Amino acid sequence: MPDNEKQLREVAEKLLIDKKVDLIIGYEKGTLPLRTRPTFIREPEETKRLVWNSRCENNLSFYLKTVKEKVGIVAKGCDSRSIVGLIKESQVKRGDIFIIGVPCPGIIDKKKIEDILDGRELLEGVESDSQILLKAEGFEETLDKDKLLHASCRSCRHRNPVLYDTLVGKEISQPQTDEYSDVEEFASKQDNERWAYFNDETSRCIRCYACRNVCPACYCPQCFVDQSLPTWFDRTPHLSDTLIFHIIRTLHTAGRCVDCGACSRVCPMNVELRMLNKKTEKDVKELYGYEAGTNLEELPPMATFKIDDPQEFIK
Amino acid sequence: MKEDQIVATEKSEWKPRIIAFLCNWCSYAGADLAGISRLQYPPNVRVIRVPCSGRVNPYFIIKSLQHGVDGVLVSGCHPGDCHYISGNLVARRRFAILKRILEFVGIEKGRVQFSWISAAEGERFSQVIKEITQEIKALGPNKKFVKEI
Repeated sequence: MPDNEKQLREVAEKLLIDKKVDLIIGYEKGTLPLRTRPTFIREPEETKRLVWNSRCENNLSFYLKTVKEKVGIVAKGCDSRSIVGLIKESQVKRGDIFIIGVPCPGIIDKKKIEDILDGRELLEGVESDSQILLKAEGFEETLDKDKLLHASCRSCRHRNPVLYDTLVGKEISQPQTDEYSDVEEFASKQDNERWAYFNDETSRCIRCYACRNVCPACYCPQCFVDQSLPTWFDRTPHLSDTLIFHIIRTLHTAGRCVDCGACSRVCPMNVELRMLNKKTEKDVKELYGYEAGTNLEELPPMATFKIDDPQEFIK
Repeated sequence: MKEDQIVATEKSEWKPRIIAFLCNWCSYAGADLAGISRLQYPPNVRVIRVPCSGRVNPYFIIKSLQHGVDGVLVSGCHPGDCHYISGNLVARRRFAILKRILEFVGIEKGRVQFSWISAAEGERFSQVIKEITQEIKALGPNKKFVKEI
């Protein structure tokens, strides 16, 4: 990974010197141990700020919605799929972005680290190829990175970017994962058990809309929950409203969600939002054979139809 | 009558409330035909006329459940017969996903129903209404999603 980081900086520097792009969007070191944050670089000499490691969790394609110049963007597998989605939905022009692809072996879930630290403050963290060293007051432990991976990364099937202009490092191997085992196991439960689970999860939701705000696929100028003439959607923390908000949001991202996990990571109340999104992703794949963000040609599934689409559910 | 007797009679006479979103060009005309043909069907359905089944936002369906309706039917033209060429085909995809996700969340199967009924199928319309009323009656009152304030 340090080699990749060096190469990434060189690529970014060259892009800015050659004036191929006006802005580089990447990651830099955060102020807390083991954290990174998005960074926006315009000067070639500043590219030495760029980092690449398994804590680069943000889906940077999110920022493409707001920039209006030529941009070079660092993209992991999932990010590149988000970018494909944005290009397909005419939110960004392919010619305006230069994608610096980075193969990604998985991102570490900071919430899992917090759980392990159990309230202690992390003072230092050192990442090596397959392990990570955590140091806190009176605490020191070396852990396997594999065990700390984000849920989305565990079932990831696109570790290598699907669309890029240049690739930093070499493509990495893609392990075969059982992508939907969680969803299938959950679906086999009783109706009432599932209902209780979703009620329990969404009862924690405080309707801060962070999940919507961080989502690369959510870019409506006015979201359905913000409409006030008429007020379609009740803005209460009532269980029914909260659950419906999450269901409708899932429907809006059906066939567009790439399971980057940004919504789960950003949730301050740790609501497990992934189950709904993953289920819809599975349905779209089963019914229409479509996987979001894997190519630029296929039309988004909810914007098109086939005359022989399955309809056994219709009387 | 004692109080528990009243509750018992109310329970045995419980009638579901069903909302039917019918498309103007086929299903609504089908319902009309059932009417002028003097066909009998359960009076539990409240019809809302929509221009096309494609007009039905999934939120309409969920909002109906939230307001305490016991069942929802969405009915449109048969594939290929849509007045707007493809409204019902786009709607079909949307409803397929909606139905699966509602069932996944824990809403009973049969609470939300879909059908294709043409303007010539008055007989079929009354049949479909009979069927879904029976199914929803068997499910009992809708409790999930209902927002009680």
